[in-house]
Amino acid sequence: MKVNHEKHHSFYDEMYNEHQEFRDHYNSFGEFIKSSSAKKLNELQFSADKAQMAMGMTFNVYHDKEGMEKILHLDIIPRIIPGNDWNIINEGLKQRITALNLFLQDIYNDQKILKDKVVPADLILGSKDFLKPCIGLTPPKGIWCHITGTDLVRDNKGEFYILEDNLRCPSGVSYMLESREIIKRAFPDLFNKLGVRPVSDYPTKLLDMLQFLSDKPKPVIGVLTPGVYNSAYFEHSYLAQQMGVELVSGIDLMVQDKKVYMQTTKGLERIDVLYRRIDDTFLDPMAFNPNSMLGIPGLFEAYKAGNIALANAPGTGVADDKAVYAYVPRIIKYYLDQDPILKNVPTFLCREEKDRLHVLENISELVIKETNAAGGYGMMIGPKVDASEHEKFRQLVKSNPENYIAQPTLSLSTVPSIIENNTIEGRHVDLRPYVLYGKDVEVIPGALTRVALKKGSLVVNSSQGGGSKDTWVLY
Amino acid sequence: MVEAKTPGYYIKKEKNMLSRVANSIYWLGRYMERAENYARFINVNFNLMLDLPPDLKEQWEALIMATGDHELYKTRNQTYNMQEVIYFLSFDTSNPNSIISSISNARENARMIRENLTKESWEKLNETYLFVKKASDEKVWKEEDPRNFFEDVKSRILLLYGLAENTVARTEAWHFRQLGQYLERADKTSRILDVKYHILLPSPKEVGSPLDFLHWMALLKSVSAFNTYRRLYGNISPHGVVEFLILNKYFPRSVLFCLKEAEQCLYKISGSTGGGYSNSAEKAMGELRSKLEYDDVNDIISDGLHEYIEHLQIKINNISNKINDNYFQIKDNFVSQTME
Repeated sequence: MKVNHEKHHSFYDEMYNEHQEFRDHYNSFGEFIKSSSAKKLNELQFSADKAQMAMGMTFNVYHDKEGMEKILHLDIIPRIIPGNDWNIINEGLKQRITALNLFLQDIYNDQKILKDKVVPADLILGSKDFLKPCIGLTPPKGIWCHITGTDLVRDNKGEFYILEDNLRCPSGVSYMLESREIIKRAFPDLFNKLGVRPVSDYPTKLLDMLQFLSDKPKPVIGVLTPGVYNSAYFEHSYLAQQMGVELVSGIDLMVQDKKVYMQTTKGLERIDVLYRRIDDTFLDPMAFNPNSMLGIPGLFEAYKAGNIALANAPGTGVADDKAVYAYVPRIIKYYLDQDPILKNVPTFLCREEKDRLHVLENISELVIKETNAAGGYGMMIGPKVDASEHEKFRQLVKSNPENYIAQPTLSLSTVPSIIENNTIEGRHVDLRPYVLYGKDVEVIPGALTRVALKKGSLVVNSSQGGGSKDTWVLY
Repeated sequence: MVEAKTPGYYIKKEKNMLSRVANSIYWLGRYMERAENYARFINVNFNLMLDLPPDLKEQWEALIMATGDHELYKTRNQTYNMQEVIYFLSFDTSNPNSIISSISNARENARMIRENLTKESWEKLNETYLFVKKASDEKVWKEEDPRNFFEDVKSRILLLYGLAENTVARTEAWHFRQLGQYLERADKTSRILDVKYHILLPSPKEVGSPLDFLHWMALLKSVSAFNTYRRLYGNISPHGVVEFLILNKYFPRSVLFCLKEAEQCLYKISGSTGGGYSNSAEKAMGELRSKLEYDDVNDIISDGLHEYIEHLQIKINNISNKINDNYFQIKDNFVSQTME
């Protein structure tokens, strides 16, 4: 089947080089696509769709009663990353997560980096994600961000940039794992030929990491979910199942004498480690949001007393704020005395006057992002909208500069994708690898590649019409 | 790096089960069994109708009566024609006991406890749900002969049972699902017998007529009991069939067999060795099981089969309530337990 590859464009294509030839690492796959009939590829795509349905790989869409459960479309054409590119990502992420962890420990304790004025104190102390109850706390083994899913993109020269640090409860890892199972069925020969690094031991590594957080020889571990109606419920139950641990919700747990118990058919049983997939402020109505129905009263006291480990630790959200993001290169330098291996996207902080003036001047060329919003909401892509929208955001920035940052419009790289069962065209992608911080910091050799299925679109979020691809990291 | 563990590390004691999870597994067992039995009911009635003499009108009302949902049925239908009855029992999502409701409830329960299920079990159940949903979209009840659909539902659920039988560890979760399954089956077998009570014969003279026997045979077939019955009892007689389906100790769909199995599940869950009881669910179950062990089929029929069955169903409901009190709704007990 022919790939409808546009020859003149300003972005980096992962499959084709500038001479419209396959890049080396895509050679085998490209030849396979060329020699396969459209019918064959469509059949493979159809089987993949069906497998996803059967597996129940669904996410829930709020306020959409008809189709409560939706499938995140999985395009069968993989995103392939050669080993040497991956080594840079691997080293870069290790460095970044190590520094961010030191940063979190510092700002909740000695606050040296604030006293040294490397990061403005008011940015941290004034953030709604800076959790005062965590001041003076050191979580078990000194680890704050146990599980991260950092978003990366590639610019038009093919260089990787960090787009976002997700230090709270990053989701999507179940798609990385299940997609691999499905795609393995579609291209068994290519897997053998290319040598794709496996990801299937992720649940084992996650379990090891969670066990490491407790000093008991056999800690009882649970995944804490908001419940079956949460959009990521599939993932919560999937991970609990894969690790062979309990999936618990708030109603299953209670705290007595600063210890956390599960209610079982045989009475109460102590639980030692929670991989929690509930936002910080919903964890405990006594410590944070008193209106939370999901939380477990007294959980935070038990945590402070060292009787339960929480992954990720409460309070990490302050470090993945979009304004703090701009300081991460300086944070790395400060704690590790190293230059960042992976670059940040240049970021203008509207809170700083010089940057703000630049942003207001050049708003039509920039991407404006709200510092605290997620999921692709609260953002404006300058070149994609009209003057009235520019003006609207100018006013927003002026009236509330702390809330906004701006970045140049990135030309996300593309990977050919099967579009509506009849053509193969390039679509923009990002990359979310997962990092575990336990005894060591480990980057899993795989990722969730999200793809913007709409032609020309740069928004890859699943809530806004994005799909996904399996990500093959080669040796 | 894998560290050496202390001796005995891998000898794992059985995990305690969350009450919420136990509840979901119990209902997963009940809903799957319910769906399977409904598929049996309908298929058999359909077959029976094919055997009726041409002057006799099709009888679908008996099925509705036996399920106990006739009040609900009457709020939306005036007549008991085949299509309406099949729709109501199979695809009506507002009927909480229809096949589609049962399957989707089973799946919903499974979804809530997915981490406790094997991957295959979950996927097969999910596929069954998608299959029923598709059949509903295709309006299968309007087909001239929808029997294939019911056969498929039946075999898909039997496949799930087979998967469980051969892959699921015999821990608490297994016993809770079996408990739900056997209690549900005891209830449904009794209801199948009750269908006979509701099917009208053209006149009282027909009792013992070929038509009457046709009914009893259909009944046996609906629970896959016909051949076994033949081997054990020979001639078809009401007394024989009633004894077989209620009091037989060896047939896995008879009420007594189901209660005995369910009772064993309760003992496995509580860890007691049988003899007496350790909680109110075991007491209620033991009482009903032993009553059936001493019941006589002649008394059952002379005192009235329908009344006997109704009584049985009330007792089974009562057992289910006691299970609920003892294992699922015990949050309050827990609070007092830790306050001490």
